[in-house]
Amino acid sequence: MSDTTALLPVHVISGFLGSGKTTLLKSVLDSEAFGDSAVLINEFGDVGLDDRLLGEIAEDAVLLASGCVCCTIRGELSDALRRLLSQRQNGEIPAFQRIVLETTGLADPGPIASTITADPVLRHHLRPGTNLTLVDAVNAIDSRQHHPVWEAQVAVADKLVISKTDLVDTARIERVHDLLNAINPAAQRLGREALDQPSDTLFASGPHLERFTRARVKTWLGPWREPAGPETHGHLGDVHSFRLAFDGELDWTCFGLWLSMLLNRHGNDIMRVKGVLHVRDDHRPVVLHGVQHTIHPPEHVEAWPDDDRRSELIFITRGITARRVADSLVAFMSAVSDHPCPRISHA
Amino acid sequence: MCGLCGALGGDNHWSTHIEDPEQAHHERRRARAYRARLINRVLGPQRLAIEDFQASSFVLATATGKREIVEDLGGVWRQAEQLSGRELDPLDAAFLASLG
Repeated sequence: MSDTTALLPVHVISGFLGSGKTTLLKSVLDSEAFGDSAVLINEFGDVGLDDRLLGEIAEDAVLLASGCVCCTIRGELSDALRRLLSQRQNGEIPAFQRIVLETTGLADPGPIASTITADPVLRHHLRPGTNLTLVDAVNAIDSRQHHPVWEAQVAVADKLVISKTDLVDTARIERVHDLLNAINPAAQRLGREALDQPSDTLFASGPHLERFTRARVKTWLGPWREPAGPETHGHLGDVHSFRLAFDGELDWTCFGLWLSMLLNRHGNDIMRVKGVLHVRDDHRPVVLHGVQHTIHPPEHVEAWPDDDRRSELIFITRGITARRVADSLVAFMSAVSDHPCPRISHA
Repeated sequence: MCGLCGALGGDNHWSTHIEDPEQAHHERRRARAYRARLINRVLGPQRLAIEDFQASSFVLATATGKREIVEDLGGVWRQAEQLSGRELDPLDAAFLASLG
């Protein structure tokens, strides 16, 4: 297993138009904790408003001028990242320890990870970092109704920050929380202090950032892993978030075939998959984490946190129900694997 | 690691990432052979088969003798779909039923 901790993380700040991404980025760059960061800004449209704002604080910020960070400018993103690495290596810029990428409000941040991991150069120097998504409390409900990309931004988030909470009443904030719970209940929720005074733990999340400890297994899957968690199946319009629980060891090889087939055919609609798995003949739990077509290198955890060794997989999908996924996995493993299929339940 | 383009038998595909690089050669070969055997269980009903090619890639072949080299899992499924003219969709009940 390669040591992914030696690679520099590329953290992503996402969020719909006007959600406060640039404000957060300014706070991050003002913080001493992030002094050794390089910045990429994904600009959209002809008016470089964010450029002007950031020009005051980050003279060496790189602007991606072609539009959304998605498949259409993957080449440009790769080029910009390669330039940054080259400049770092040549001593033209300080030896930054992380890259922070602010996407345009209209971008689906999902393809960023695959841009990094598929590039033959970048993948030896960089790794996908934390996806942090801002949610505008004032406009979240309207944005969700009219712009499908809003759901994608929430679905890929490792961390969610609700902004503009001072402009709405408590009931509205509760509605926004309910909305986020329905789409991505496993994401860590940060408070307003994350915007005003971002700490050095702002981007400290995700299995790809650090080796898991026992304690982190219990918290990484969010409230679902807790005994008194909330309702475990969210359904909001076309977006489904659900959990599969496995009672018994999993044939990793067979599971890998099934998941790779699922992503081959439905990767665009599997917005998120994450889980902790009890793999056959392996005493250590395996952590799995993927966004759309991209599965991050799975990690071993040092040990199970307690006697509960059930595997859990969390999916956030567009238009694909828990039952379809669970039935598919059971049928596939029962027909293909040499080993018994674990009992799979879904909620 | 891209679910579509990681190397099937190499170190780059996520599905092989948890394998211990220190494990014995014969154990890696056994794991690779098991993976190929399972892939063939999936492809058999489509009248397709893969064979290991020098432990670095695989050859995907049709019943009529057409052969393509594939190096990754995504390549297997995409190429198999092209050769068979059918979608290999694990959410499709008819496809699952074909697995037996």
